[in-house]
Amino acid sequence: MSTSERTLGIAPAHVPPGNALGKENYLNHDRGLLSWLFTLDHKRIGVLYLVSILTAFLLGGIFALLIRTELLYPGKQLMDADTYNEMFTLHGAIMIFLFIIPGIPAALGNFVLPLMLGAKDVAFPKLNLLSWWLWMTGAFMAVTAILTGGVDTGWTFYTPYSTTTGTNVVMMVAGVFVLGFSSIFTGLNFIVTIHKLRPRGMGWFNMPLMLWGLYATAIIQVLATPVLGITLLLLIMERVMGIGIFDSRLGGDPVLFQHFFWFYSHPAVYIMILPAMGVISELISTFSRKHIFGYKFIAWSSIAIAAFSFLVWGHHMFTSGQSELVTMVFSALTFSVSIPSAVKVFNWLATMYRGRIQLETPMLYALSFLFLFSIGGLTGLFLGALATDIHLHDTYFVVAHFHYVMFGGTVIAFLGALHYWWPKITGRMYAENPGRVACALIFVGFNLTFFTQFIMGAKGMPRRYFDYLPEYHPYHMASSIGSYIMAVGFFLIAGYLAHSLFRGRPAPANPWGSNSLEWRTPSPPPHDNFKETPEAGDPYDYTDLVWDDAIGGYVRRAGAPATP
Amino acid sequence: MTNLLAALAGLSRLAGLQDAVKGPTVWMPPESSTIAAKVDSVWDLVLWISVFFFVLVTALMVVFVVRYHGHRGTGSKPTRDHNTALEITWTVIPTLIVVVIFWVGFETYLDMATPPANAYQVSVTGQKWKWLFTYPNGYVDENLHVPVNTDISLLMTSEDVIHSFYVPAFRTKKDVVPGRYTRLWFNAKAPGEYQVFCAEYCGTNHSHMLAKVVVHEPGGFEKWLAEASNLHGRFPPAKVGEIFYNRFGCKQCHSLDGTTGIGPSFKGIYGHEQKLQDGSSVLVDENYIRESIMEPQAKVVAGFQPVMPTFKGRLKDQDITSIVEFIKSQK
Repeated sequence: MSTSERTLGIAPAHVPPGNALGKENYLNHDRGLLSWLFTLDHKRIGVLYLVSILTAFLLGGIFALLIRTELLYPGKQLMDADTYNEMFTLHGAIMIFLFIIPGIPAALGNFVLPLMLGAKDVAFPKLNLLSWWLWMTGAFMAVTAILTGGVDTGWTFYTPYSTTTGTNVVMMVAGVFVLGFSSIFTGLNFIVTIHKLRPRGMGWFNMPLMLWGLYATAIIQVLATPVLGITLLLLIMERVMGIGIFDSRLGGDPVLFQHFFWFYSHPAVYIMILPAMGVISELISTFSRKHIFGYKFIAWSSIAIAAFSFLVWGHHMFTSGQSELVTMVFSALTFSVSIPSAVKVFNWLATMYRGRIQLETPMLYALSFLFLFSIGGLTGLFLGALATDIHLHDTYFVVAHFHYVMFGGTVIAFLGALHYWWPKITGRMYAENPGRVACALIFVGFNLTFFTQFIMGAKGMPRRYFDYLPEYHPYHMASSIGSYIMAVGFFLIAGYLAHSLFRGRPAPANPWGSNSLEWRTPSPPPHDNFKETPEAGDPYDYTDLVWDDAIGGYVRRAGAPATP
Repeated sequence: MTNLLAALAGLSRLAGLQDAVKGPTVWMPPESSTIAAKVDSVWDLVLWISVFFFVLVTALMVVFVVRYHGHRGTGSKPTRDHNTALEITWTVIPTLIVVVIFWVGFETYLDMATPPANAYQVSVTGQKWKWLFTYPNGYVDENLHVPVNTDISLLMTSEDVIHSFYVPAFRTKKDVVPGRYTRLWFNAKAPGEYQVFCAEYCGTNHSHMLAKVVVHEPGGFEKWLAEASNLHGRFPPAKVGEIFYNRFGCKQCHSLDGTTGIGPSFKGIYGHEQKLQDGSSVLVDENYIRESIMEPQAKVVAGFQPVMPTFKGRLKDQDITSIVEFIKSQK
């Protein structure tokens, strides 16, 4: 039993100073549904996003379980081939466009970014609200597409399949087009906020690394997403009017679509992973009770990843028939992205060296991230190398690599971040032990689900197959069982988080002893975030924070200056 | 530096080239083409580099967690938080390693991408959801038959959407794109049957768009081709028509049991009047069937879309006669 739980046992009804549940806070500042739907408060918009994207995650997760159940055995189990094709399309489209792209930036980023800056809000609160409404509109259009015939193109919408199939591609693509604007506006808002609203004492290199992650993400969102918008418009025009950009019978080129699409969608995977890397920097430093190691290298590596991300899209097309020269250049450039990622991992490890590592749930997710992201990153080397990529392209090896990076990386970091900031968002602590159990379940289930996919991919199992040869059956079976274990973990999380909303121990202002500014205001924060604008110092200097057993959290050492 | 890289690339390749046909490993299918061993040596190199770094990261992580585990509430001491020499070391070493990986991957890729001169050429057509292989003498088969130890060059295109021709045992893959030709080559090392997959998602029966590469013993291929090409000598016309019905994709749209598909069913169609789109009607006789195969859009039966592709130039007179006989036999 940890100290915090002993504290809980002694004084269950104890409300620590720094907890604002009974006082004015952003949750009770206004009442009524409309005060939420039209709020300009970044914290409420963050919560709106959180509820929305978690709903999307549930939907995408149900599709994933249906896919894995269909693949338990060769041949038809639950559904026919056409339904299966719609399932994997919807799983991909929902998870990517509705969950993982807005996941960390729009939901958690919205909540913490102004707080970390000691600011009252983002630079453009109304634009922020518009972003969420655009997300809702795009999500509504995507759901409409599902209900009116579905979509069976895969989330990549490759031509000419997408221009010739009978399913409701136009509605889905139009939905993604609208979602793109939501993403652009959030990125724009964050860039301006970070440039203009940093407090006194916070130069660029005093920012928490989470902000560097969000900043690098925002740059990609603003620069790359318009290309997706135009590509999708062209796709709609091709389908509706037959303009012939992508149709070889009309003089177009179907492979051109792939260039356009990946010009956005490769940078987009960095939209998904960069905020996660920001989260991990916060978690590892905080829970190692030690200053982050190599701050500037981690910060610059985020910018380097954002820059390189624009130069590697052609690696999705090594087998497409593009010229050998282009193929070679893209292979070489692709490896450049691996360097800043490796630098981050080494710096995180160095941060842990001689720290005082505390294994609370967020840290367990950070450690899972290191393990899973290392596998995800290293398997990228097989796909960057031309000889091996030709064999592995479009097999389950790619599916596994992608999930190790996007799930093992981003979703795991998202879960770590959700637990880390949960006390700040809700004003209550979640239950630590079920948290650890759920993390372990997801870790084991994830590896069982996706490591088997590396093996069957290397053995040649192509992706997006409704049916498969019997020799791949053991791997599919193990993979499906893993997905069920993960599902149990997620339901456990949903259970204890929901429980904590009502019964959780009231959280102190700074339960983890982090030194970034969001922990200097009560949990949950007041409507205006801070009573006085705080002055920033080094966000990773924990020497003045001491544990106070009575409140189950950290307080500033008596006599320590407010700004170190 | 270049010498070192070349030496490393050579070393890694040497390891794979020693035995003739390596069986399946934990990861890989058997190495059944000349290129497979080279690909696998790149795989092995990357695999062991990855294992090294993965073990390094995980071991350090576990050691640190065990060694530096602190209880909740322990304080923090000021520590060193940067070391430029260390940063440069762990930037430069991975950079050198990925340069090597890039180079060995690229070298082998060049071999894969360059078909040798004088390779035996087979044309490949991908269509929803089957493969057609056309041999130099014009014979078309649903499986790819090739002689062993021979350079084979495939010239590929698609009738509809993008497909991808993939033979795991040969470690080779290339997209098959409508409106352009792509090329792929291989040299099979041992007789036997090897699985062909479609690797680019193409719709309903994507996972059933399968074929085999049948690799013949020396001398066996020529014998097979001569016999297989002589369809009209081996089978009666209606049987040949049935083979074409299956092979050229007629059956995707024209049923034999009276069910209406994308096109009219063949059951009992011969000798009957059909209503056309323009309101007139036509008697389904030999000449109408022939016209429908050569110029499908000329007289479209009412209730159907004009979507059938022409087979002009792809079928000889004798072939068409066989198809007519086959349709006549569907009573």
